[in-house]
Amino acid sequence: MEPRHIISVWVDNTPGVLSRVTGLFSGRGFNIESLCVAETMDPEVSRITIVTTGDEQIIEQIIKQLRKLINTIKVQDLTEVSHVEREMALVTVKAEDRSRAEVLRIADIFRCRVVDVSPSTYTLEVTGNYEKIGAVLNLLKNLGIEEIVRTGTLAIQRSKKE
Amino acid sequence: MKMTGAQILLKCLEREEVKHIFGYPGGVVLDIYDELTRTPQIKHFLVRHEQAAVHAADGYSRASRKVGVALVTSGPGATNTVTGIASAYLDSIPIVVITGQVPTALIGNDAFQEVDIVGITRPCTKHNYLVKDIKQLATTIHEAFHIARSGRPGPVLIDLPKDVVQASIVPKFPDGIKIKSYNPTYHANPRQVKRALDMIRVAKKPVLYTGGGIILSDAAEELTKFADTLQIPVTSTLMGLGGFPGNNPLWMGMLGMHGTYCANMAVSQADVLIAVGARFDDRVTGKLSEFAPHAKIIHVDIDPSSISKNVHVDVPIVGDCLDTLKQLNDLLHEMPAKDWAAARRPWLETVAAWEKDHPLTYTWSDTVIKPQYVVEKLWELTKGDAFITTEVGQNQMWAAQFYRFNKPRRLMTSGGLGVMGYGFPAAMGVQVAMPSATVIDIAGDGSIQMNIQEMITVVEYNLPVKIAILNNTFLGMVRQWQQLFYERRYSATPMGAPDFVKLAEAYGAVGLRATKPEEVEPVIKEALNTPKPVIMDFRVEPEECVMPMVPAGKAMHEMLLA
Repeated sequence: MEPRHIISVWVDNTPGVLSRVTGLFSGRGFNIESLCVAETMDPEVSRITIVTTGDEQIIEQIIKQLRKLINTIKVQDLTEVSHVEREMALVTVKAEDRSRAEVLRIADIFRCRVVDVSPSTYTLEVTGNYEKIGAVLNLLKNLGIEEIVRTGTLAIQRSKKE
Repeated sequence: MKMTGAQILLKCLEREEVKHIFGYPGGVVLDIYDELTRTPQIKHFLVRHEQAAVHAADGYSRASRKVGVALVTSGPGATNTVTGIASAYLDSIPIVVITGQVPTALIGNDAFQEVDIVGITRPCTKHNYLVKDIKQLATTIHEAFHIARSGRPGPVLIDLPKDVVQASIVPKFPDGIKIKSYNPTYHANPRQVKRALDMIRVAKKPVLYTGGGIILSDAAEELTKFADTLQIPVTSTLMGLGGFPGNNPLWMGMLGMHGTYCANMAVSQADVLIAVGARFDDRVTGKLSEFAPHAKIIHVDIDPSSISKNVHVDVPIVGDCLDTLKQLNDLLHEMPAKDWAAARRPWLETVAAWEKDHPLTYTWSDTVIKPQYVVEKLWELTKGDAFITTEVGQNQMWAAQFYRFNKPRRLMTSGGLGVMGYGFPAAMGVQVAMPSATVIDIAGDGSIQMNIQEMITVVEYNLPVKIAILNNTFLGMVRQWQQLFYERRYSATPMGAPDFVKLAEAYGAVGLRATKPEEVEPVIKEALNTPKPVIMDFRVEPEECVMPMVPAGKAMHEMLLA
């Protein structure tokens, strides 16, 4: 599989900018695995975090094409630097009789929070990197997942330690 | 003093030194058109189809070095501009397209003649705007012009809702435009330039491969100086023709699918390929993996995303072509002189031999007009000094091959998008920019029918554009592919056409026809001496092919020669 890249894009916080970014990806045949957008500390600037895949040449093109957009302020490939990444999922799992305790055990092991309870289900909040979420979901799948919703990946560069 | 949106718009156009605009009115731009009656310093040309307005603005821009402007109404007016905008985008031509829009309160309601033109043109403009607040109007217009003409130029669209045009405020006109997220690199990194020059100086078989960037940055003189000094043979893309004199001994002709044998062989054998303001388009490279297989590649382009997009580049240089070539020439000047002609002799002799073995040529006929002959005669009788626009297909390739362009900004052609119907309206724009120049649209009988409605426009404004139709009764280039690759099954390529002479007369223009070779010269002479729009209908050999040809997907040295 082609390497996964997390790209942060700082853009003007104006209407239509997201569509310029996603249109660029679809128009040029680049992948988007996940995408998150929100305002930064500066209300005039939004930060988009895109997870994409591609060989070196494709990633270079993606970054250059993103920079070419007039509304783009800065682009950074976080995969190239030391960074922390997080993703969140809300999962409603069947929890009846025997499996009720098992769900809570898995939740405990992976430090999930229970955010909703019903007589037959638990809803868990799972946070972690991409792999951890995958591992939790894999275990919960056997118990019966009723519904799932995931954010895309967020990532931030680690601060210098000196 | 309070001004309406329409007044602010026209004031901004004046501040941008706009003298001519091409357009078509409609419901939501009535206020702008009304204001035009009180703005004598801007002359408006009423076209017959909005696509033509954009091509005219494109041609105008190429000839005049200014930003071309088109003004249209909402809905269909706006969608009709899309082909013109996409063509200008792919050819990096600075134009500003102003579209009317339904009032802001109606946007999103599927109102009459409403269309999301900003959404539609997002992928084919350099940038675009919907102005929802009259306070943003003046700044937006100046930003649009700034973006259109700077960096790698391109089309910018401004969508103006009717209520914004009708509202009024006391405007503030910005003194200068600064966009924090937009800052093109003009000055190339001197270290990279030095690296490139070191590589060129030790090259045994260098080739200069130049493109539209030379024309856009007005770098033709610096390019000629550089090539002459180092005695490097030059080829160019279609978009680059005229950027290097066609009569210079170092000129090899165009490269690519219908390039010369010499240029394609030289690129295939080169050890250093210097690409300046070109973008390694598939019509140039043929099979990518076998393009310039022995060459280290130096690539100069103002758009970083053009570099290493299609081929791996050894020395990337982000910068303006003019600036980079100046730096190269200055560096050369500081170095000890060397007898480059002597050093280059073996390579230039090889190149000359290719040229001699397989020059651009065609088979003469005493009875049937050869289309190449028409282009040659046009070149001869205009002394190579006309402004030539082309349509797309065989007419375009023969114009590129047989009109030896010596000066930049003399060829206007839809190179990237390949728009049939571009040439005639573009010629109209060129003629507006250059009122006393000879402007000729080299057309096919197919493509001229795509924007023929503009005949009345050139007659009405007395724009003496000349149209030379190479009439072969086919969609010639498609027919050529059918002949070569589909066993002559001419599916949907034989094509009827009106009597172009009568058509010209019906429009109030002059129509001339040549059916035999000896009639070609008198017809061209008469057309050139007629101070009115003229259609020349040349009945040419129906099944002539453009040669040489690199079949799509083949390597450049695998040319069909005849």
